[in-house]
Amino acid sequence: MRQRSIGGIVRPKGWHNVLMRGSLFLVLGLFCLYYLFPLIVMASTSLKSLAEIREGTLLSLPRAITFEAWGKAWDSACVGVRCDGLKPFMWNSVAMAVPAVLLSTTLGAINGYALTKWRFPGADWIFAMILFGAFIPFQVILLPMARTLGQLGLAGTVTGLILVHTVYGLAFTTLFFRNFFVGVSDGILQAAKVDGAGFFRIFFQIVLPMSIPAIVVTVIWQFTQIWNDFLFGVAFTIGDSNPVTVALNNVVNTSTGVKEYNVDMAAAIIAALPTMLVYVVAGAWFVRGLSAGAVKG
Amino acid sequence: MASGIRLSKLRKTFGSTEVIKGVDLTIEPGEFVVLVGPSGCGKSTLLNLIAGLETVTSGEVRIGEALVNDTPPRDRDIAMVFQSYALYPTKTVHENITFGMQTRRIPHEAQQAALKEFSKLLQIDHLLARKPGQLSGGQRQRVAMGRALVRKPEVFLFDEPLSNLDAKLRISMRTEIKKLHQRLGKTVVYVTHDQIEAMTLASRIAVMDNGHIRQFGPPGEIYEHPVDLFVAGFMGSPPMNMLPGRLRRRDGSLVFEPHGAEAELHFPLPSEISDRLDAREGAELVLGMRPEAIFAAGTELPGPNRFVFEKTVEVVEPTGPDTMIVFSIGETELIARVRPEDAREAGTRFRFEVDLSKAKIFDAKSGQSL
Repeated sequence: MRQRSIGGIVRPKGWHNVLMRGSLFLVLGLFCLYYLFPLIVMASTSLKSLAEIREGTLLSLPRAITFEAWGKAWDSACVGVRCDGLKPFMWNSVAMAVPAVLLSTTLGAINGYALTKWRFPGADWIFAMILFGAFIPFQVILLPMARTLGQLGLAGTVTGLILVHTVYGLAFTTLFFRNFFVGVSDGILQAAKVDGAGFFRIFFQIVLPMSIPAIVVTVIWQFTQIWNDFLFGVAFTIGDSNPVTVALNNVVNTSTGVKEYNVDMAAAIIAALPTMLVYVVAGAWFVRGLSAGAVKG
Repeated sequence: MASGIRLSKLRKTFGSTEVIKGVDLTIEPGEFVVLVGPSGCGKSTLLNLIAGLETVTSGEVRIGEALVNDTPPRDRDIAMVFQSYALYPTKTVHENITFGMQTRRIPHEAQQAALKEFSKLLQIDHLLARKPGQLSGGQRQRVAMGRALVRKPEVFLFDEPLSNLDAKLRISMRTEIKKLHQRLGKTVVYVTHDQIEAMTLASRIAVMDNGHIRQFGPPGEIYEHPVDLFVAGFMGSPPMNMLPGRLRRRDGSLVFEPHGAEAELHFPLPSEISDRLDAREGAELVLGMRPEAIFAAGTELPGPNRFVFEKTVEVVEPTGPDTMIVFSIGETELIARVRPEDAREAGTRFRFEVDLSKAKIFDAKSGQSL
């Protein structure tokens, strides 16, 4: 938090309050440590050599830092019978997640816009139906979806996975955008209509630039969901078209006698990095979007 | 030449509620018509029907000669200013103003010329690079006006454009809107709930209530000759005093006897009113008197049809130029407008004089002016 935003808070004074604050931060620090602990262990293990892992304990920090395990996890660890590391599967995941996020976000935005700003008979009913999609458990749609993909000739392909994630994500993205657009004043839409703009011109030139906070939230949500998805990946792809989550599972399960903990840990971190990157990059935009929206039009 | 507007038998229902219940209204080209009424009377809906932002349930909307019932807003040659200003928050002032011209593919040079002309006129030429969030309320209001003006449409629609401004700014913007209208000579339909705005701006006022137009006429006529109790009570601040009572004959002439008043307090009616009421002796009526028709006895030049009575001052409310004195007759509170130097403290007896030639008589049951 910036200095300016906490400088104005009046706090009670005295030793009692200092004690209370001290214990508050102690408890918060403990929780923080508790949450960070797995990550610390993973990171430190991934930087050790196999010999060091065998000698030391789980908690000891690496004595000699080596990136060998990271290199191996990236391009030479064995996934099943193929020993190219996670690299090809990372690209599978990118090729799946990026289009699926873009498609589901764009369609969700248009849905939300149409459902709130171009009301038509039955709009509420349709929204309720779309919303229902958000409550359907993944497992329920596995078989019908597998059949659909087979009929479409998309079984076992990344394209098929994009379709599954786009369709499944629509419920959430529509919900996010619909809730955001409900708060956008109808006056702006009316003004734009009087100004001569139609459905798509209003959408792209007026509404979409206003909805950066909603776009960022949706992108973070969708990217995390799609990137981290395991079930659809394992069910609808085979071998070379696996996304990285499935490949990670296979790396860990493919053993050649010795369990390479350092490689497993490095692979897990590599597979998780893109979502963290999205949080950091989009999160900054998110805050900027929020504060821009705080100024009333 | 500006276009006129003609509404005939216009109705609008939302679900099962009828909001506009058969409105007929003819607005001459170049006229400044104000739709005024309490909230929920349907005035904004009526404006939206003219704009094309709502669909017509039945009846006709004509702008100029054309029937526009099924014409979308952008093809109606109208511009609209909204209560919330409705500026596009992500666009600069410049882009806000030119957006309507862009969508109509008006050549760039013409856009720039119009922008220059009106930003200068509205004194917003130094704000063009800013976003609406960086403007004050008054500046946003000007930008919203600019956005409407640049396209030079035939009809301007204003939906309570001043109600989000502070009192001082509201008065100066009011004058500016009037000046703009005199200068451009376009047809204006202006919605407000503020009867002073209506009085000052309008060439004709339409007083609306509950989906009907109660009275349509020039401000003076609306103020001086309200057709019913609703219009009489709505226009004027403080509102017209409404004194319920009965028509009696005393010494051969008709007098108005307020309910619950002392025996000697009966208002002699001027002959032009009593002539019309001859047959209604004993009828339940309401006597309407504007606060300025009641003043301190002897402070105005003597005239016909004056009546002097004495009452106790209950509340004194100075406004600066005038002082309002609240007193009661029977159960009814009345307000007199007196000069500040004539005012007396609360609790003292006060001699009031009323000019009955300015009084109105209404039927108590139907509310109609008699």
